[in-house]
Amino acid sequence: MADDHHGPTVRIYLAVFASLMFLTALTVWVAYQELGMFNDVVALGIACTKATIVILFFMHVKYASRLTWLLAGAGILFLLILFAFAMADYVSRGWLGMPASHYLQ
Amino acid sequence: MAITEQDVQASEDAPSVNYLNNGYGLKSWLLTKDHKRIAVLYIISISIFFALGGLFASLVRFELMTPEGDLMSSDTYNKVFSMHGIIMVFFFLVPSIPATIGNFLVPIMVGAKDLAFPRINLLSWYVYVVAGILGTIAVVGGGVDTGWTFYTPYSSTYSNSNVILAAMAAFMAGFSSILTGLNFVVTIHTMRAPGMTWFRLPLFVWSHYATSLIMLLGTPVIAITLVLLMLERGFGFGFFDPNLGGDPVLFQHLFWFYSHPAVYIMILPSMGVMSEMVASVARKRVFGYEFVAFSSVAIAILGFLVWGHHMFVSSQSTYAGMVFSIITFLVAVPSAIKTFNWTATLYKGSIVYDTSMFYVYGYLGLFLVGGLTGLFLSSMGLDIHLHDTYFVVAHFHYIMVGGQVMGYLGGMHFWWPKITGKMFPDIWGRVSALLVFLGFNLTFFPQFILGYMGMPRRYHVYPDEFQVLNVASSLGASILALGYLVPGAYLTWSIFKGPKAPDNPWGAKGLEWETTSPPPTFNFEETPVVTEEAYQYGPIEEH
Ligand code: HEM
Ligand SMILES: [Cu+2]
Repeated sequence: MADDHHGPTVRIYLAVFASLMFLTALTVWVAYQELGMFNDVVALGIACTKATIVILFFMHVKYASRLTWLLAGAGILFLLILFAFAMADYVSRGWLGMPASHYLQ
Repeated sequence: MAITEQDVQASEDAPSVNYLNNGYGLKSWLLTKDHKRIAVLYIISISIFFALGGLFASLVRFELMTPEGDLMSSDTYNKVFSMHGIIMVFFFLVPSIPATIGNFLVPIMVGAKDLAFPRINLLSWYVYVVAGILGTIAVVGGGVDTGWTFYTPYSSTYSNSNVILAAMAAFMAGFSSILTGLNFVVTIHTMRAPGMTWFRLPLFVWSHYATSLIMLLGTPVIAITLVLLMLERGFGFGFFDPNLGGDPVLFQHLFWFYSHPAVYIMILPSMGVMSEMVASVARKRVFGYEFVAFSSVAIAILGFLVWGHHMFVSSQSTYAGMVFSIITFLVAVPSAIKTFNWTATLYKGSIVYDTSMFYVYGYLGLFLVGGLTGLFLSSMGLDIHLHDTYFVVAHFHYIMVGGQVMGYLGGMHFWWPKITGKMFPDIWGRVSALLVFLGFNLTFFPQFILGYMGMPRRYHVYPDEFQVLNVASSLGASILALGYLVPGAYLTWSIFKGPKAPDNPWGAKGLEWETTSPPPTFNFEETPVVTEEAYQYGPIEEH
């Protein structure tokens, strides 16, 4: 398969690396702040940002064909399915007032 | 280097040079990039694991001949059935058809010289072998006793067996199947011969495409789940153990998110084999080609939305259970489409009762029972009674052994002349198909009844009244074992003594039958140009 798109330059790689390091430091710093339930939200937000950067640049998806975008997109879609259906279980466990709902308290 | 300039030249000059006689040394096999040779390597390695898994199965059946636990202790029994399951699922069933027959045929069927990434293909075999060695170390070094499902917190906290090693082995086997799936997807997208449009692809290729999608989308999840399990067991990270703040049901969600789709990895390829064989034995185009093709993709996608049917009694919420139950009923529709369409293909077909036909009939019967009993289990109320009983064991063996192993064996017979260039004695092929069919039913049908009567799975001591059916099952298992040993014997015989196979012994359609038996290293003398749809069998002659 001939790849007629050009990949990222060394400068971009270094920039991506620097931002990943910065975000890692940020994660550690945020973990020591008192944000209540938002600690999780922020940590996951940073993790998702990092994953996106890695996928786009390190994994070259930004420079790849539409078919690659489609497959990468499918991966993310199926990850969302995993989250959605698993959460559907956790969220609705208490509804019948059955013993399983203890897990949520 | 396996493939040199000279080899290319040789295979172009003399058609009698084929992939088998093109180099003999060990190196020419172990460093080969030829998908056909890699397929042969896979056939040999999965056969070893099939034998090992079969050995553990025999131990299980042997122990269950008597109600007492007299042959082995409970601990040993736990290990024996676990290792049977782990070996059969991860080291035999998942790679069984894709890595062997699929590896051999997908490039030929699309009219390509090889897979898109030949080196990655070889890498997948090496990853598989390393995984197999790790697994064997886990087995020999004391075994593992968690069941193939590795449920937490038993596996992560309480088990005293080689969980980490076994999980690592399954993890690596998963990577090998990701690599195979990746290769198939790219090959099917980018390397089809001129004129080979999507709707001219043989249905075998469609089913392998669907299988590959599952491998790519699902396997990473089991990989990460096993990593979490290893982290919890090795370092006490709390993911699944309630004492560490984890949730054991989360493990089941993650595990089955992969493992239900994985059961389709373990059946879709055999559906592809059947489509090819049905068309050939009936000498007709597969009825409703498009429906059969799309039902593979539908199974791959819907298969990801049903995993909760393994968790009806796990404290999963009733509402989630209802959704999973309904979607599970839906996923039976594409499976039914295939079964109906194969039957419709046979209707008014020009049928010859040869080995292939015997395997087709056997497969149809066994898959039907397996699929329909799946619907019993998808009914939430009934599943409370049937869950974790021998009914479930019978259900999935009807599909995985009755379906996939039958399909694997049938396909091995069907394409044996192509792979080895030798013919096997057809009468023996029919005998083996019959032995497998009868032995299989005698082994597993009693298990439906046992399960319905309440015999739980994974126990080796049981009440006296279950003995008759258990003995029947063990008896059937020995017939089944014979059904596997016999083809092993005459197929091996045929390699050395069998008559030379013509290029197209069954008069079947498809690019693989247009090249020589066995094919040259680059599959075709020149790139084929496809001008017609698949399965264009001529008008049936009057007899
Ligand atoms: C035709 C549609 C199918 C339906 C509706 C179906 C339904 C089910 C259900 C509801 C269960 C859970 C039973 C329980 O644990 O209480 C189950 C278990 C199982 N099924 Fe199926 N199934 C289908 C096809 C398949 C296929 C194609 C395979 C494999 C190739 C398969 C393999 C399994 C396995 C391995 C288990 C048990 C896993 C374990 O607990 O160890 N099933 N099935
Ligand atoms: Cu399932």
